Amino acid sequence: MAWTREQMAARAAKELEDGFYVNLGIGIPTLVSNYIPEGMSVQLQSENGMLGMGPFPYEGEEDPDLINAGKQTITALPTTSYFSSSDSFGMIRGGHINLSILGAMQVAQNGDLANWMIPGKMVKGMGGAMDLVAGVKRVVVVMEHVAKNKDGTESAKLLKECDLPLTGTHVVDLVITDLGVFTIDKKGDGGMTLIELADGVSEEDIRAKTEGDYTVALK
Amino acid sequence: MLNGSAEADGRKDGSMRKVFKGPTEALAGLLRDDMMIMCGGFGLCGIPDELIDAVQASGVKGLTIVSNNAGIDGVGLGKLLETRQVAKMISSYVGENKEFARQYLGGELEIEFNPQGTLAERIRAGGAGIPAFFTKTGFGTKVAEGKETRQFDGEDYVMERGLFADIALVHAHTGDTEGNLRYRMTARNFNPMMATAAKVTIAQVENLVQPGEIDPDTIHTPGIFVKRIIAVNTGEKRIEQRTTRKRNDATPAAAAGGGTH
Repeated sequence: MAWTREQMAARAAKELEDGFYVNLGIGIPTLVSNYIPEGMSVQLQSENGMLGMGPFPYEGEEDPDLINAGKQTITALPTTSYFSSSDSFGMIRGGHINLSILGAMQVAQNGDLANWMIPGKMVKGMGGAMDLVAGVKRVVVVMEHVAKNKDGTESAKLLKECDLPLTGTHVVDLVITDLGVFTIDKKGDGGMTLIELADGVSEEDIRAKTEGDYTVALK
Repeated sequence: MLNGSAEADGRKDGSMRKVFKGPTEALAGLLRDDMMIMCGGFGLCGIPDELIDAVQASGVKGLTIVSNNAGIDGVGLGKLLETRQVAKMISSYVGENKEFARQYLGGELEIEFNPQGTLAERIRAGGAGIPAFFTKTGFGTKVAEGKETRQFDGEDYVMERGLFADIALVHAHTGDTEGNLRYRMTARNFNPMMATAAKVTIAQVENLVQPGEIDPDTIHTPGIFVKRIIAVNTGEKRIEQRTTRKRNDATPAAAAGGGTH
């Protein structure tokens, strides 16, 4: 047993607070927008230059001038504002965005993050990921607990040290996987702490699939 | 051509000295091999497509292109890649472009990846006369290799250089004959900074109007930054990722999320 993608997104949504400005990455993080609690005001930022992202348009109402950072057609809201990409990253780098939720290839126990390149494979670029993790106050990673390799084996993704090229150093505050939730003391020496187990998952399951060191303080 | 007669290069009259007949006329006398060109847009949104077509038709090569993305096959900058006119891209994410991948993996094309915010700020700084700046972005990563680093207030920063190009190509929704520009929605993206960061900026606009027709309070790019302007047909703008919901969809917030590029 473990959490599904939807359950991981729902768990990540518990990190939202009323009045937050939030940037969501591609994949599971995008699903978090489905779990914003009723009555809570959360404005989603799109780093190409928009705050207050609305839902996808109805068929036939797509506007080529209105897209999100994944280049998908979206809509505006009454709260929407548009701005340049330099203003957008001013918001990000300047610490004005409360929360960034994004995916990862690897996370280390000190909060280092790798999510943009695999040596030997075609590199598409880091986009805005390096700016987001360096500038946003709180960084939450949502990812599968292990990577499934082509030969059927599994590789740990929560590591003592990342071996893939880094996106940022000492940047991750919280990791939500399909097996559980970890906090990371990214600026101090408190390391990584397991605080929650997914439904039907035991501490032993986690230990078998985690390379990095962590303490256990289940809530 | 800047000093040529208005008639010869397609400009209409003295009061419209920035206005050119079409993209070819607007680029006349400016293009040469090995130059650096800034190219506005994010994905296919807000790209100066007609000006890119004219660069392709001119045949100039060895170009360094500053653009967040590299178009898709056969569209936008994808066209310049097909004709091998680009030597180097300075970009943050190159997406799904088979021709790009082929040239890059074959060593025919150089690419300098910049974090998206660093790229935006390098352009902004270049246009504002700031030769370098410090940013937290990329500290301790490959991006910082070989660059000066410094601590400010206990935090580590990387020095990045401003960017200034030979020409900038931008797309705006509305422009007047003085070169004042207004962008529309997320088609603004990199266009305003790029308009400031080149020796000569050429704007293509969907609606070319007379001075006074744009409320001065709503102008995004003041005309001082724009040397040449053309009106273009909007035609059918391309959409890279068409995503919609059904009219009976009860989950209004569904998947309006973002991305990292």
